[in-house]
Amino acid sequence: MSSSTLAEQAARQPAVPPRQRRFTRPGWSPSRGDLPAALLFIAPALLGLSLFFLFPMLRGVYLSFTEYNILGEPTWVGTANYEAIAQDPLFWNALWVTIQYVLINITLQTVLALGIALLMQRIARSTLIRGMLLLPYLMANVIAALLWFWLLDYQIGIVNHLLETLGGQRVAFFGSEQWAIPTQALINTWRHMGYTALLIFAGLQMIPRHLYEAASLDGANAVQSFFRVTLPLLRPVLALVLVVTVIGSFQVFDTVAVTTQGGPVNASRVMQYYIFQKAFTESQFGYGSALAVILFLILALMAFVQMKFMRGNQTDLD
Amino acid sequence: MPLTRAPHRSYARTPQRFRWANVLPWILLILAIAVSVLPFYWILRTSLSMNASLATNATSLLPVDFNFGAFARVFGLQSTQEAIAQGGSGADINFWVYLRNSVIFASISTAGAVFFSAMAAYAFARLRWRGRNVVFSAFLATMMVPPIFTALPNFLLIRDLGLLNTMVGMVLPFVFMTPFAVFFLRQFFLSMSREVEEAAMLDGAKHFRIFFQIILPNAAAPLATLALLTFIQQWNEYFWPLLVGNSDDVRVLTVGLGVFKSQSPQGAPDWSGLMAATLISALPVLTLFMIFGKKIVNSIGFSGVK
Repeated sequence: MSSSTLAEQAARQPAVPPRQRRFTRPGWSPSRGDLPAALLFIAPALLGLSLFFLFPMLRGVYLSFTEYNILGEPTWVGTANYEAIAQDPLFWNALWVTIQYVLINITLQTVLALGIALLMQRIARSTLIRGMLLLPYLMANVIAALLWFWLLDYQIGIVNHLLETLGGQRVAFFGSEQWAIPTQALINTWRHMGYTALLIFAGLQMIPRHLYEAASLDGANAVQSFFRVTLPLLRPVLALVLVVTVIGSFQVFDTVAVTTQGGPVNASRVMQYYIFQKAFTESQFGYGSALAVILFLILALMAFVQMKFMRGNQTDLD
Repeated sequence: MPLTRAPHRSYARTPQRFRWANVLPWILLILAIAVSVLPFYWILRTSLSMNASLATNATSLLPVDFNFGAFARVFGLQSTQEAIAQGGSGADINFWVYLRNSVIFASISTAGAVFFSAMAAYAFARLRWRGRNVVFSAFLATMMVPPIFTALPNFLLIRDLGLLNTMVGMVLPFVFMTPFAVFFLRQFFLSMSREVEEAAMLDGAKHFRIFFQIILPNAAAPLATLALLTFIQQWNEYFWPLLVGNSDDVRVLTVGLGVFKSQSPQGAPDWSGLMAATLISALPVLTLFMIFGKKIVNSIGFSGVK
């Protein structure tokens, strides 16, 4: 019994054992296998893969070394884009803003989701409850953004009214530099916490009950068995959740585009929004591509480090 | 193969007696559910309110001056004067066109992606050929590539093909496969029994007949789940349609909503209209969720945990 990521599961999946050939089909020869048929079956998917994943990756890297205003031809400029990026205060701002967003997001989301998952495990496992928690996740980012834009409105939003009733002060959630990023992170946490809780909940279901019995026989209380049994055995699931959350939140775009559009000033201009602006508003496609390559490298590095650090591919249950 | 494994503990179903120790956990869980669900009530409440009166009665739990004006506005059934009198911005939203575009975009990309991914998954799970694992790894690896990285070059490709602002250009990157769909279906096809397939082969059936008459019918449940998840995903897609489908005749609802919002003058947004449009845009997903909620919920365990 194990929990692991998609990729590892796939890697671990044993190849289909060679089947016993008790008969010979016409046109089949052992050396070719099913290659002709297989090529036919994967042709459309392979076309999609090459045209819209592999080719654009190569082209994106190439473009990052060019200057290209979308019209005309790209001109090769070597590493000029990367050198310019290194001295671009807006890039460093975007990176910093994105990191703040990611940090708030993963902390809040993981803690809340873990809490909800533990609550479900303890008192209620009904599909109805799980469904209600999942509802925000199924909504488009745009809808979540508009909804919270309304709920958090400075003048007549219900949240600010509640804050005032409770004796607090109104908060300009989208309008203040201080709050722009935490607000984006809160919206995202709202949308994802139920989904993340369900992932963790599925992981909790995998922990055999006898381990808790053994722990309590050894005199462990609830808190101890949480830290000694639950948390260690959840590690692969938590690793997956962290990787997915970090990679996902580095790419925040929709909510920012619909609500603050990078503002006020540069307070919420996250990486992907900056890339979008460079490429499409300012027609600097080479520069935008270089930014995208950097974002890609950051994400790849994060995924690698996280999986290594969390030893996500191993489980203590084996 | 069921989507999620049954819980270990059979006692999970036995009714629990009331315990004081469970009061706080219940309060917390109900709070989490309230935070997830109540905002949707607020959409409904606002969309049924008169926009002009919202400011004076911001905390009313019921719609303020109950009326369907906001929906009429969204559907284009209200004259501009009427709209402005009710607190609308007078901005137009080509709602029916956007709705049609969303339906076409989500349906075609879902149908194509599920079908072609099923074909590929069949080749990866049921056929023996050299290079199979290498090619499959390539498919898996693309799951890690952030969409923004491929989006810029893909935009150029679609432009070079002359397909900007066409439905074909919008659908093309999704319609041939999604890496997740290939992976998802391969798992199911691997677990199907070989015997029927071999019997069919003895009867002289070729791969196409096996695929259409044995594999696909037997995988109806996972195919439906995948189609559901893909449809919701595509319905909610924003970035790609924003880049490629930004003219009115191919603009989808998510993009249209963003435009509608930015048309509201900064001083007094048409909140009722905006919430009515939001609600209608979410309606297809909400309906699917009412019908297939259990399927969707149970598929979550599959996406990460075995």
